Amino acid sequence: MTNSSDRRDLSSRNYWRANLTYVGALMAVWFVISYGAGILFVEPLNRFHLPGTGFPLGFWFAQQGSIYVFVALIFVYVYLMNRLDREFGVDEGSE
Amino acid sequence: MSVQAWTFLLVGLSFALYIGIAIWSRAHSTSEFYVAASGVSPLANGMATAADWMSAASFISMAGIISFSGYDGSVYLMGWTGGYVLLALLLAPYLRKFGAYTVPDFVGDRYYSQTARIVAVVCAIFVSFTYVAGQMRGVGIVFSRFLEVPIELGVFIGMAIVFFYAVLGGMKGITYTQVAQYCVLIFAYLVPAIFLSLLITGNVIPQIGFGGVDQASGTFLLDQLNDLHRDLGFAAYTSGEKSTIDIFFITAALMVGTAGLPHVIIRFYTVPKVRDARLSVGYALVFIALLYTAAPAVAVFARTNLLNTVSEQPYSEMPEWFSTWEATGLISFDDRNGDGIIQYVGPEARDASGAPIENELTIDRDIIVLANPEISGLPNWVIGLVAAGGLAAALSTAAGLLLVVSSAVSHDLLKRSFMPDITERGELIAARVSAGLAVGVAGYLGINPPGFVAEVVAFAFGLAASSFFPAIIMGIFSKRMNREGAVLGMISGITFTAAYIVYFKFINPGANTAEHWWFGISPEGIGTVGMLVNFAVAITVSRFTPAPPPEIVELVERIRVPKGAGEAHETSA
Repeated sequence: MTNSSDRRDLSSRNYWRANLTYVGALMAVWFVISYGAGILFVEPLNRFHLPGTGFPLGFWFAQQGSIYVFVALIFVYVYLMNRLDREFGVDEGSE
Repeated sequence: MSVQAWTFLLVGLSFALYIGIAIWSRAHSTSEFYVAASGVSPLANGMATAADWMSAASFISMAGIISFSGYDGSVYLMGWTGGYVLLALLLAPYLRKFGAYTVPDFVGDRYYSQTARIVAVVCAIFVSFTYVAGQMRGVGIVFSRFLEVPIELGVFIGMAIVFFYAVLGGMKGITYTQVAQYCVLIFAYLVPAIFLSLLITGNVIPQIGFGGVDQASGTFLLDQLNDLHRDLGFAAYTSGEKSTIDIFFITAALMVGTAGLPHVIIRFYTVPKVRDARLSVGYALVFIALLYTAAPAVAVFARTNLLNTVSEQPYSEMPEWFSTWEATGLISFDDRNGDGIIQYVGPEARDASGAPIENELTIDRDIIVLANPEISGLPNWVIGLVAAGGLAAALSTAAGLLLVVSSAVSHDLLKRSFMPDITERGELIAARVSAGLAVGVAGYLGINPPGFVAEVVAFAFGLAASSFFPAIIMGIFSKRMNREGAVLGMISGITFTAAYIVYFKFINPGANTAEHWWFGISPEGIGTVGMLVNFAVAITVSRFTPAPPPEIVELVERIRVPKGAGEAHETSA
């Protein structure tokens, strides 16, 4: 009894730790693209152009690129978490 | 058909659609009224969230602001979309698992405290009314310009429509009307954007078009605009004027504020499962991104068109739209040097001898989206469509906000605080009455807008960023965070943010310039600092006060795993 509840504790701790790792990694990308490329390093990046277009690169990240990356990040998170939920048997389909 | 006939037709058709949906989706229980019985599909909820979120400010004002401020306008583009990443990763799934009806519900239960609940109720009501006033002003502008009815009548018609579907259908009615409103507004936004992109760059996709080549001159559109700006004494379009630190803090305040706005958060209570909540945020951002990535393109097209049409042109040869908008007071021309030619220039403009040139033209940025189809000579039906789209954006947001106010009163104040014995039937009646009253107050604010509407919008985001966001995040991610820490954190975050904004906006507006701001952070960006204050105070206080009781620690453990999320329900603390 104690044994199985310990195992459950361990399992939920691992589940939570994996979740935090995913969140941390995705938030790092979120920060680098918006605050990094779109704000802090916008001037140096503006010296380059998005190939074949009239977009200065930093300006493009601030007004277009960051938004596309935000969308992608959420769908990557959805995919990773659905997989994690199934691995740990906590997904809602298995109720 | 004339512009006005088209506008009447399209606005009338869209209103008939909203009323039809309201009759079809009446709410029969408090669960349906508050959270549509958690039965909304993630895709429908994504659309509803997009309409809920994109207000008159997004539809009417945003492209205009970007058009006049260039790169600096990026704070809205990144700030109002990046917040959805925070929602998806840090808030929505856990709040859905918790499964309450309102945001104060979560705050009150997680921090086992009526004080926390009441603080949250006050914030939710204040934030929502601030916002609603802005929506109603948008409704008034559209009505008075396109249908030539008095603003009062316009607001009254808008209120009647919202009253009908919000009071009758609650969240259920609002959700399905918002789905329809999203379709109307995105169509209305993209049609003129695509037309413009084709006309100017020959590219059918505006998001790509504005990085392309101007068909008339053969040079890159953005290079051409930067040159025009330099010649006329404006800052370069793709660089902007704001300091980096201010851009950074404003963007952060808008992102965090977005993730903390109660009318957005409650949308994720309406889906059946935790994984639906995650997916639904993704859909919502896709639908929002369709408009948000087109807005900067519209801004560039409009700016180019505007400069080419008015700059150094004789006043007597201005096209018809110029005088129609002059009549509304949103454009004004003052021929200071008496040459009959419009000098529209920036602060750095100099003539050949090096003497400064005076600017003679004032343009309200709100007209960029509304007048754009006329300026570019698009067909009449497109102009009518834009009016219907602006109304859809304003009404959908107003309805979502009114629901927050109504549920804060009937659920958090009556049921959970002062009248716990109220019956289900009684609570539903109370919810409808308070929704009705909230519509009345919003209508009053729309007809008699307080002079400070624009100023208090910064307030709404600052407050949400410095109060709800940290309290909810710590409630999920820290088992140690307790009542004392959360309450003091919220109060100090709000007080700090409010004091800074009130000082610079109301007490001493003359000092509202970069050299007086702390570290160069404007009142629009101070919510970020308020959020940090909240986190710091909450963490410090919680270390010196008793840990939360074991059942709360268990609650936190429960909301961290998806399994077992039922329909959103009455929680018992």
